[in-house]
Amino acid sequence: MTVLINKNSKVIIQGFTGKIGSFHAQEMIDYGTNLVGGVTPGKGGSKHLDKPVFNTVKEAVELTGADSSILFVPPQFAADSAMEAADAGIKTCVAITDGIPAHDMIKVKRYMKRYSKDEKMTLVGPNCAGIISPGKSLLGIMPGHIYKEGNVGVIGRSGTLGYESAAQMKALGIGISTSVGIGGDPINGSSFKDILEKFEKDDETKVILMIGEIGGPQEAEAAQFAKENMSKPIVAYIAGLTAPKGRKMGHAGAIVTAYGEAASEKVEILEAAGVTVAKNPSVIGETVQKVLSKI
Amino acid sequence: MDIHEYQAKKILSDFNILIPKGGIAYSPEHAEYQARDIGGNKWVVKAQIHSGARGKAGGIIICETLEEVSEAANKLLGKTLVTHQTGPKGKVVQRIYVEEATDIKKEFYLGLVFDRSSECIMVVASSEGGMSVEDISKDKPETIIRAKIEASVGMQNFQAREIAFGLGLDAKSITRCADAIMGCSKAFSQHDATMVEINPLVLTADDHIVALDCKMSFDDNALFRIPEISELRDKSQEDPQETYASDRDLSYVGLEGNIGNIINGAGLAMASMDMIKLAGGEPANFLDVGGGATPEKIVKAFRLVSQDPNVKVILVNIFAGINRCDWIAEGIVKAVQEVDVKQPLVLRLAGTNFEKGQQILRDSNIKYVEATTLFDAAKKAVNAIEGEVA
Repeated sequence: MTVLINKNSKVIIQGFTGKIGSFHAQEMIDYGTNLVGGVTPGKGGSKHLDKPVFNTVKEAVELTGADSSILFVPPQFAADSAMEAADAGIKTCVAITDGIPAHDMIKVKRYMKRYSKDEKMTLVGPNCAGIISPGKSLLGIMPGHIYKEGNVGVIGRSGTLGYESAAQMKALGIGISTSVGIGGDPINGSSFKDILEKFEKDDETKVILMIGEIGGPQEAEAAQFAKENMSKPIVAYIAGLTAPKGRKMGHAGAIVTAYGEAASEKVEILEAAGVTVAKNPSVIGETVQKVLSKI
Repeated sequence: MDIHEYQAKKILSDFNILIPKGGIAYSPEHAEYQARDIGGNKWVVKAQIHSGARGKAGGIIICETLEEVSEAANKLLGKTLVTHQTGPKGKVVQRIYVEEATDIKKEFYLGLVFDRSSECIMVVASSEGGMSVEDISKDKPETIIRAKIEASVGMQNFQAREIAFGLGLDAKSITRCADAIMGCSKAFSQHDATMVEINPLVLTADDHIVALDCKMSFDDNALFRIPEISELRDKSQEDPQETYASDRDLSYVGLEGNIGNIINGAGLAMASMDMIKLAGGEPANFLDVGGGATPEKIVKAFRLVSQDPNVKVILVNIFAGINRCDWIAEGIVKAVQEVDVKQPLVLRLAGTNFEKGQQILRDSNIKYVEATTLFDAAKKAVNAIEGEVA
């Protein structure tokens, strides 16, 4: 079992025929993802990259049995597409799109409250690198070759810092069970806590690496959750120790506005909850290695 | 995106919230004209900069004659105000707002923000107006009233009434106050705001509820659908380098140090800054050229960073994911030649095809220091400043 996706996941792409959607569709096919088609309203009935194109997600799900989707829809339409996926019965949806208005994301989150826990879609992102289960499936935009198959579960807000960590681990011979990019926006489909919960239940994951940054309450909430519910060891790194307060650092969500949102405060909160914190970004791999050696 | 107080007040009045009579002015003569037009015998002259705490910085002057209004305008226009929100550089006052003075019975605090924890719009109110919300939470936390707005149905009347009663208002002002809170909530939702703060919201001597000050911020990601807000952008209130960057789709924040950064991805950029500090240096900027850095973006980034007089060395850290290091390396060589970079360069490439990228850099005629890891890059950048590496 892997978290969120596996070799059998049937994937569709929303925003399939656009330039970015097409490029990443090919990358995912090359990695071995079971891509069964895509959705572009108005282009239903045609073929793209040798896969069927549908007008609606509902139609795509009915005819292909798709259970996962990835969104490359422009920001002004992306919230609508995420809700469409939820309504069509998609189980895991990754929103890659950067620049979705926060008010729209709040609406998506409220809309999804109508589903019971069992039928509710897991939304990952937006503004994220997606999900990869090395050697099995890629539902994202990360470069597959830097990920080695293994037993560390990774959750991160940043794309390239996730790559940096994966590369550091690979250099040390450490592999990854699943890596989930939850995204850099203020309102996320899934939080650190949501994904921690999934890794706790995953047999293939022995240790979890959380890559956080300044801004928002997520890391502190994850710390609380870890203390109360997690049996697996957690390693964390928090970016932005030198970031000034009240300034937005690239990601829409990377801004310190309250206590507990600065990097130093998050480090303190995580350590108090028993999480091993990597002191700087060049020792993330080594820190994971040390924790792995103890189990 | 932030807007000025007078612009925010105009929006409030569109939602039927009372504001004092006022007018914008760009010169002392204009200010005097506005005061005469407003009438009365007491005015407040307020510096319009994108910052709160203007009073403490001397940006708000109470005047009792038209001459005083003119003098106050003369004093404020062109002045640089420094508050804890502007940073040490401060912001220049280019326009002032002249308002009729209000006879105040009681001051309140009213704020609406995104609550990232509950993923709702949160209303925060307090009977202790005039203080900053940070000070209220520290010194008078018991006075704070909160209400969450359900996004799908908007704020409900009973919620606004509960707040109004909680502020200790008496029966005749309750509806007026609740209406003002409802108006604020509508303004917030309809304009894609991320923050609306009225501090103070006041009860006047004649029992009206009036917004004496207002700050608003809006979601940059939503500007495409709120043109009436986008056009209020005042670039004179922004750091010129940050404006230059944002106009070119680069994410840039100026800092105090002397090591310039060009990095792809916000997280990696923050991590690199942290590494520089750890190696004993100080970053001059945060700069994210985007996860999928293109050679064109890298040229733009070099142009921006190399022109900063504080930058003594430039550190480039690119982790190529979907794009390839050989492509990025070609971009760097092109950028260094095109932009005529004077500062020493430390380059670290990692990810897809990094050997090929390294070879391109080595074969080029640009002078640089090669770094392998994040730590190595930061250390070499610090050393370059100290002159240990030429």
